[in-house]
Amino acid sequence: MSTTAPSGRTHPAGPRLQAAPPVRSGIYHRTVARLTYRALLGRRRALLLFCLPLLLLVIVSAVRALAGQDDGTTADLLQGFALSAMVPLIGVIAGTGAIGPEIDDGAIVYLLAKPIKRSTIVSTKLLVAIGVSVVFSALPTLLAGLVLDGNGQHLAVAFAVAAAAASIAYSAIFLMLGVLTRHAVVVGLVYALVWEGVIGNVVPGARTLSVQQWSLAIAQRISLDSSVTSDVSLTTGVVFLVLVTAVAGWFAAHKLRTLKLAGEE
Amino acid sequence: MTVIGIDKASRWFGNVVAVNDITMAIGPGVTGLLGPNGAGKSTLINMMAGFLAPSTGAVTLDGVPIWRNEQAYREIGIVPEREAMYDFLTAREFVVANAELHGLPDPGAAAQKALATVEMEYAQDRRIETYSKGMRQRAKMASALVHEPSVLLLDEPFNGMDPRQRLHLMELLRRMGAEGRTVLFSSHILEEVEQLAHHIEVVVAGRHAASGDFRKIRRLMTDRPHRYLVRSSDDRQLASVLIAHASTAGIELDWTERALRIQAVDFAAFTEFLPRIARDHGIRLFTVSPSDESLESVFSYLVTA
Repeated sequence: MSTTAPSGRTHPAGPRLQAAPPVRSGIYHRTVARLTYRALLGRRRALLLFCLPLLLLVIVSAVRALAGQDDGTTADLLQGFALSAMVPLIGVIAGTGAIGPEIDDGAIVYLLAKPIKRSTIVSTKLLVAIGVSVVFSALPTLLAGLVLDGNGQHLAVAFAVAAAAASIAYSAIFLMLGVLTRHAVVVGLVYALVWEGVIGNVVPGARTLSVQQWSLAIAQRISLDSSVTSDVSLTTGVVFLVLVTAVAGWFAAHKLRTLKLAGEE
Repeated sequence: MTVIGIDKASRWFGNVVAVNDITMAIGPGVTGLLGPNGAGKSTLINMMAGFLAPSTGAVTLDGVPIWRNEQAYREIGIVPEREAMYDFLTAREFVVANAELHGLPDPGAAAQKALATVEMEYAQDRRIETYSKGMRQRAKMASALVHEPSVLLLDEPFNGMDPRQRLHLMELLRRMGAEGRTVLFSSHILEEVEQLAHHIEVVVAGRHAASGDFRKIRRLMTDRPHRYLVRSSDDRQLASVLIAHASTAGIELDWTERALRIQAVDFAAFTEFLPRIARDHGIRLFTVSPSDESLESVFSYLVTA
């Protein structure tokens, strides 16, 4: 056998230990972000990111053409379709997609085996998920409002800001789900559609614990239309949005530090 | 000098003990981690890679625990068993990204050097998803080498490789070991390990079964009693001659199989003796088949030895 004994050789990486710079921390890492958003926009599920906003714009264009300009219809559509269906769905795709597939197929190893804080990995992915969901949900909501009503009663801006705020919270919640379970998309969809969509609209008590209602409180504050109402006050809404985002983000980072990689014996 | 220390480490998942009270030190040079599938090799490597905490005991890099220590990755390069990388990237993009994640001052140059080391420059601008198994393995190697780590951990690196790719990777790992790096690879194939490793650690059913030079392990494995199933034109006469010879430990006439079950003590002597004696006595041999050559039986013998 021709294996060689290593005796007497200088160590290739010896001197670097002393001079090792600290582990990379911070809330944003350029390379992690690049990998995340290429993974998000490169996969087939990214098609959904384009389809949902497109669907919204097609619907509002048709409504505008058939029914003309109307504040009531605008508020109904922006709340009923944009804020309660499209925004959470985009949140599920962006939030779980920013980390779930990597954990599933094991590629996350290449991020974890680096001198980078796990919290930096999570916060970067969260920022990317937020960016993607704001672009694909808040922006189309603004456009839809402008098409429908030309920002009458400030409805377009009100719902766009609400959609952006909700996107942030959803991104954090679904990113956390992506770290916690392999079935994050299913769990996320059930939450988004059943809890936010059905229960939130039927059971009054559930509404105080709904991202949709919290963000609606912001829309209520901005819009001049009295038909836009939330079950929670602006303060409650904002406090809960911030709290949920922070706790979900922290928990995701915590779980990533002790992540058991799938596929082991 | 970088040493991975495993000190009375155990790891269990629920009720299942994957690694059971193992103590070993892995220093510079190439070390083979040998054991059958499911023996706990991956669990052990995952603990060395900082992906799993030991349930009890300690896993350290030069005395510093590896678990929850991101700093350790400056010294460790990992080649995982799983296939997935960022498949939508080209190998060059992937290795550059790894270099950036390590915070190297010149990621492009470091990546180019690593890709040259694994001889992947010719395909570096193709997407990883178009790669063969062997090419993927080399892309993984390049990503693990990009920061010139002093420790290289490889989980079943030869799985699914063709002989040429296998030789190439062996050559590369030998070179890494000769440079003074601590190279550890796992395998369930003895021949692979003995061709490459100067030192072998054998793990069976979560336990540390043997440790040492490959010659010592090889001897342990070939000196064990071997069992054969033999059919001949005259089983009874063959049995009577064989039992008189020192290389035979026991013979059983198996009526249902219409064959002899022979336990041999001395592997080499028995394989020489059997055909000679058959010829001398005019007995024709129809079947001579080893009945316990499976790796599992070899390993389980090692554990009890």
